[in-house]
Amino acid sequence: MNFDRIKEKLEILADAAKYDVSCSSSGGKRKNNGGLGDSSASGICHTYTEDGRCVSLLKILLTNHCIYDCIYCISRKSNDIKRAAFTVEEVVDLTISFYRRNYIEGLFLSSGIFKDADTTMERLVRVAKKLRTEHNFNGYIHLKSIPGASDDLMNEAALYADRLSVNLEIPTESGLKLLAPDKNREDMLQPMRIVQKGIQQYKDEKKIIRSTPKFAPAGQSTQMIVGATNENDLQIIKVADHFYKNYGMKRVYYSGYIPVTVDNRLPSITSEVPVLRENRLYQSDWLMRFYGFKADEILDFNMPFLDLEVDPKLSWALRHLDQFPVNLQTADHKMILRIPGIGVKTAQKIVSARKFQVLNIDHLKKLGAAVNRAKFFIDFTYGNPFLKHLTDLNLRKLIIGGSQSKFQNQFSQQLTLF
Amino acid sequence: MTTLLYDGSFDGLFTAIFEVFEYRYQDVEICSKENFQQENMFAEIHEVITQQEKSERVLNKLEQNIGKSGIHQLLQVFLSEDQEMENLILSAVKQSIKHPEENILQNFADNDILKISKICKSVSRERHRMTAFVRFEKLQDDIYFAKIDPDFNVLPLIRKHFKDRYADQKWMIYDLRRHYGLLYDLENCEFFYPDEKLDLNQYQQKFHEEEKKYQTLWQSYFTKTNIKERKNTKLHIQHVPKRYWKYLTEKW
Ligand code: SF4
Repeated sequence: MNFDRIKEKLEILADAAKYDVSCSSSGGKRKNNGGLGDSSASGICHTYTEDGRCVSLLKILLTNHCIYDCIYCISRKSNDIKRAAFTVEEVVDLTISFYRRNYIEGLFLSSGIFKDADTTMERLVRVAKKLRTEHNFNGYIHLKSIPGASDDLMNEAALYADRLSVNLEIPTESGLKLLAPDKNREDMLQPMRIVQKGIQQYKDEKKIIRSTPKFAPAGQSTQMIVGATNENDLQIIKVADHFYKNYGMKRVYYSGYIPVTVDNRLPSITSEVPVLRENRLYQSDWLMRFYGFKADEILDFNMPFLDLEVDPKLSWALRHLDQFPVNLQTADHKMILRIPGIGVKTAQKIVSARKFQVLNIDHLKKLGAAVNRAKFFIDFTYGNPFLKHLTDLNLRKLIIGGSQSKFQNQFSQQLTLF
Repeated sequence: MTTLLYDGSFDGLFTAIFEVFEYRYQDVEICSKENFQQENMFAEIHEVITQQEKSERVLNKLEQNIGKSGIHQLLQVFLSEDQEMENLILSAVKQSIKHPEENILQNFADNDILKISKICKSVSRERHRMTAFVRFEKLQDDIYFAKIDPDFNVLPLIRKHFKDRYADQKWMIYDLRRHYGLLYDLENCEFFYPDEKLDLNQYQQKFHEEEKKYQTLWQSYFTKTNIKERKNTKLHIQHVPKRYWKYLTEKW
């Protein structure tokens, strides 16, 4: 094996794959049967990049040769960059060798489209098949499906991969037309439908035949680039909600646009990565997935953008003061979850601890709540002096003033732009 | 005040707890022989001889009250090596015996229980980090070897994880601080306690010929997967505290 050449390829193809934000390795359901690895544990992040993102998978492209010309993409055909392509064996060897040293949980393999969709997809599937069947590898495999790949190939991919994903890339159809003229939405949706259908079928058959082969056990995910076109947050959340509900998505990822190209259809090359907006979108996403919020509770037509100053839960609370105060001792779990400053775990702890005794503000602090926010919205059995602010017109200022946002710096940076 | 001295083992501790009830001691503390310094000249010393039957009787009773996961939490407290560890566990056992119908470990409003819950959180975080930050290096005899230096004694807690994961390769994980390790030889996965500290001088000379090359590949990967435009050192260090860096291949 020629290490110098492999190293060069790895550098090119890791660099080109790094903008894909999906990284999770959770949800795998493969037990080790004497071979290498298992993906039954919930995900492990083995290290973190200097930008603070976790590394749990070897995330690479099979090749950055591409026949398409999506404007936002480094690998687009009109971009004059170094190109490289791994062989199937090389990807397999890297995955196994890294896995054996406990660097990674598995492989995330994506690719530029060379020749055509099926040829590319077939090559991706071959990597996964070889890992599973020849090397008895039970680690995590996430394959990026190629839009337009045939149903048969998608079905085969789902036999070997834990997760499949097709990136929506641009949240709106018109935006997609503008920035990725060779792609169309329907080509992206078809593979998603096939996977969804297969998962459903697997569940049905599994009830009857126990040995039914696994079918994409960790489900599918997708990703949208945020801020490359002028979509609003309401549109983005609605699209996400649609995919959670109608495609059984496990995760929707949001990726703040990083300017890589000068083109008058794109934000200027000097524009800031919208880190804060991306963070707020993830917070909204959590509200929908874990806190029981509906998309149109978070935003509506009168308010199509997320509040950058406060998190979406606090923003909701400030618009719905009539729902507060919440009695900590008697309110149902669902409402406890809606109190600003109280997370999923703390809510659970409150519900267990209050069976033993009447909780006060000190308990709340110890249970892990962000009391500087929560205290304005809670009715303790002992009474709560902070409640008098609930009707205060300046409540919002009061709360922001009393808490340090980790994004405060970035926020003031953004403010100076206006 | 009576001080119960035990041998530092998990069974020893639970034998001691059994004897607290057996002798109806009221004002009592439990201390391992190793950590014991007599401060109170008038304290009465009671030496505990580890007896598995006694320990098991306490544990079985407890399991009925707080379940397997409760026992696991107490084990985590034990492995935390926290100074107050013995007396926190004693307090939990006493409370559980008093309220057998409830899982007292969920009474987070009690100070001892809250401490236990915090310790469990720290220990399980360290455990999780060890499943993440262990870096195996392949040696000439095809053993994958890793050094660790965890803040808590978590090796017993990661045994199953690594055994399940690396069933087809020989491996060894060695705790540099506590001088013992875990060895899997394709059949058994056992702890070992060397008489002398392992000599890790020049152990790179024992590397398999391909080891350095894969390390280099991993380092290149780590560098290239970073997005410079989003550099965030504070977040990085929060996730990978510096004390782990010296064992991480990518932080060369
Ligand atoms: S098809 Fe994929 S790799 Fe090719 S230019 Fe578009 S986004 Fe980039």
